[in-house]
Amino acid sequence: MSRSMTGARMVVEALRDQGVDTVFGYPGGAVLPIYDEIFQQNDIKHILVRHEQGAVHMAEGYARSTGKPGVVLVTSGPGATNAVTGLTDALMDSIPLVVLTGQVPTFMIGTDGFQEADTVGITRPCTKHNWLVNDTDSLAETIHRAFHVATAGRPGPVLIDIPKDVQFATGTYLGPKQIAPSRYQPARKGDADAITRLVELIETAERPVFYTGGGVINSGPAASQLLTELVDATGFPVTSTLMGLGAYPASGKSWLGMLGMHGLYEANMAMHGCDLMINLGARFDDRITGRVADFSPGSIKAHVDIDPSSINKVIPVELPILGDVGHVLEDLLKIWKARGRKTSPALQQWWAQIEQWRARDCLAYKPSDKLIKPQHALERLEALTAGRDRYITTEVGQHQMWAAQFLHFEGPNRWMTSGGLGTMGYGLPASIGVQVAHPEALVINVAGDASWLMNMQEMGTAVQFRAPVKQFILNNERLGMVRQWQQLLHGERYSQSWSESLPDFVKLAEAFGCKGRQVHDPADLDDAIREMIDSDVPFILDVLVEKHENCFPMIPSGKPHNEMLLGDEIAADDIGSAIKSDGAVLV
Amino acid sequence: MSALKIERGASSHSAYDLRDYHAAGEERHTLSVIVDNEAGVLARVIGLFSGRGYNIDSLTVAEVDHTGHTSRITVVTRGTPAVIEQIKAQLSRIIPVHEVHDLTVEGASVERELGLFKVVGSGEKRVEALRISDIFRANVVDSTLESFVFEITGAPEKLDAFADLMRPLGLAEVARTGVAALARGH
Repeated sequence: MSRSMTGARMVVEALRDQGVDTVFGYPGGAVLPIYDEIFQQNDIKHILVRHEQGAVHMAEGYARSTGKPGVVLVTSGPGATNAVTGLTDALMDSIPLVVLTGQVPTFMIGTDGFQEADTVGITRPCTKHNWLVNDTDSLAETIHRAFHVATAGRPGPVLIDIPKDVQFATGTYLGPKQIAPSRYQPARKGDADAITRLVELIETAERPVFYTGGGVINSGPAASQLLTELVDATGFPVTSTLMGLGAYPASGKSWLGMLGMHGLYEANMAMHGCDLMINLGARFDDRITGRVADFSPGSIKAHVDIDPSSINKVIPVELPILGDVGHVLEDLLKIWKARGRKTSPALQQWWAQIEQWRARDCLAYKPSDKLIKPQHALERLEALTAGRDRYITTEVGQHQMWAAQFLHFEGPNRWMTSGGLGTMGYGLPASIGVQVAHPEALVINVAGDASWLMNMQEMGTAVQFRAPVKQFILNNERLGMVRQWQQLLHGERYSQSWSESLPDFVKLAEAFGCKGRQVHDPADLDDAIREMIDSDVPFILDVLVEKHENCFPMIPSGKPHNEMLLGDEIAADDIGSAIKSDGAVLV
Repeated sequence: MSALKIERGASSHSAYDLRDYHAAGEERHTLSVIVDNEAGVLARVIGLFSGRGYNIDSLTVAEVDHTGHTSRITVVTRGTPAVIEQIKAQLSRIIPVHEVHDLTVEGASVERELGLFKVVGSGEKRVEALRISDIFRANVVDSTLESFVFEITGAPEKLDAFADLMRPLGLAEVARTGVAALARGH
């Protein structure tokens, strides 16, 4: 049954039909008709943000913690341009978002009207797809298609630009079932012959490793279960990218920890020395590979990915399998079991080798009873929240890498961090999005002081919507990762990498109407963390940490995995020459 | 999708058969891309090439099926085998792209380009230009006492050769359409 209604009402109707319960947004001239409709209903909750970038990161946090697409509503011009960083972030990390932007009326497009921007032009390279809707009759169909495109195949952000006259005009509403099926239907099942070949390789591999990524999380919780079953049944070691943490539980016996630039020694050495690498939903990012020419030189590489362009993009692989990780894992397990669950006896030696690497204790750091070491702060946070169903978001920098190293994730959708784009200012809004989706859960944003300031206005959102997010700021009064690179690469010339006039974070919390506490003595740390965890209002914990701590281990840029820098190996005098000039051009 | 070697590659390649994806040599490939004829689709394709640093030697686009609302984009590009594979994969994931065909590897194909060449001169040079145009089976589509505009259709190399010959004879202006191409047979 089709119904006649205004474009503005169609937006709300279509969102409701898509099962949307929450929209993150900010009103403005070009979306007023839609806001008028939002005012007149109660099914969809609207979270008023303080800046449109915050809205997009909140929607990302919502999406990553629920598996459902996040929805954003912003106005034309600056509303849309402010959303660009979030869109790019979501594209890089494959997060499904549907972003609705207002636009000047169709008859004004191209006249440089007030708050006009070429939104589809600006966002074309930072969305999976986008649409400018020219007539009200096609609006509902476009919105339904947008949800399909955002979630099918490799997920990503999509944007619909809706001119104001299209919102006012009346047209025919079509429900999701009334539109023709989309031509866009990425294959989900992997090629059976290829999966069988992978089983053959698994049966004979002597030094295998699973290298898992965000694709396992995006495939849904079933994929994580299947991964855990496969890893535990084969006894193969498993490592993960930053994006994939939680897919295999950190307490599992085959867990090596994160790999990559600041990954664990044993994980990177296993990647370098393996004879079979099974990449499940990861993309050979440059943070992972280090020097491509020397990447895992002796291994046969299998790569399961739903996006054909990820295969052979950076690292050529012998066995590509196009498909959804969950489906491929299901078939893989079936075939492997049917053929008799075989693995090589040499696996034992491989584990013995890995245990030697593990004994190197690459995360060791020099403890202190005078200053809070950032690693220690995270170890205490882990200890005091272990066993709770806990959601962690982060900003970007040293604290992010320490969080990935020292916090342990037992399940998927509990870890939200900006991986591909590395967006400072991501964590605070993302934590609010997570909290809105899980009102009773413990949600902690592990932050650095510099990153946190980039979207601190969103504390207002947290307070207004009673989202008791915990802001765990590791405050070193530095842009810590920048400072570390300047120390390693630029002759210890610390150009613009310190914060001279930081706000008083406790007073800031009070100014926003929530609570805060500062802690600098290691003896008070546990008490402070407990107070933060127990707070039923948003809480800022300002943890003053050692200012010059470096994040190790580290694969210096331009180096292969087996040339990691380990923290306790580097004498203070050598640190400036740790990276050679050919690596310095890389980021 | 059909142009992607990896789609079937999973089963047709041996697990140990690794071709050198990073071979230094660049190859010229003609890609034929069927897209929805909708606003912005050409910008998406061009944006992909500029954004990821791929080359475009030539590009043509026009609607080819009015009822089906599709256009054919013919792109001549250049790159190492790995880059060409990546270009095809990237093109395939643009939502309004229906098909990507690599005419250079998918059997025989025919390529044609139309060019207009304005040659200005008098006396013996003018006569020589007309004589050569006859050899190339060019049409004269405009003439004054001091100039000709020749129209010529053929493979791009033929147009290159014609331009080279006309240059000393007073070649003044050139307009070329870029390559249109189709697979031979059916």
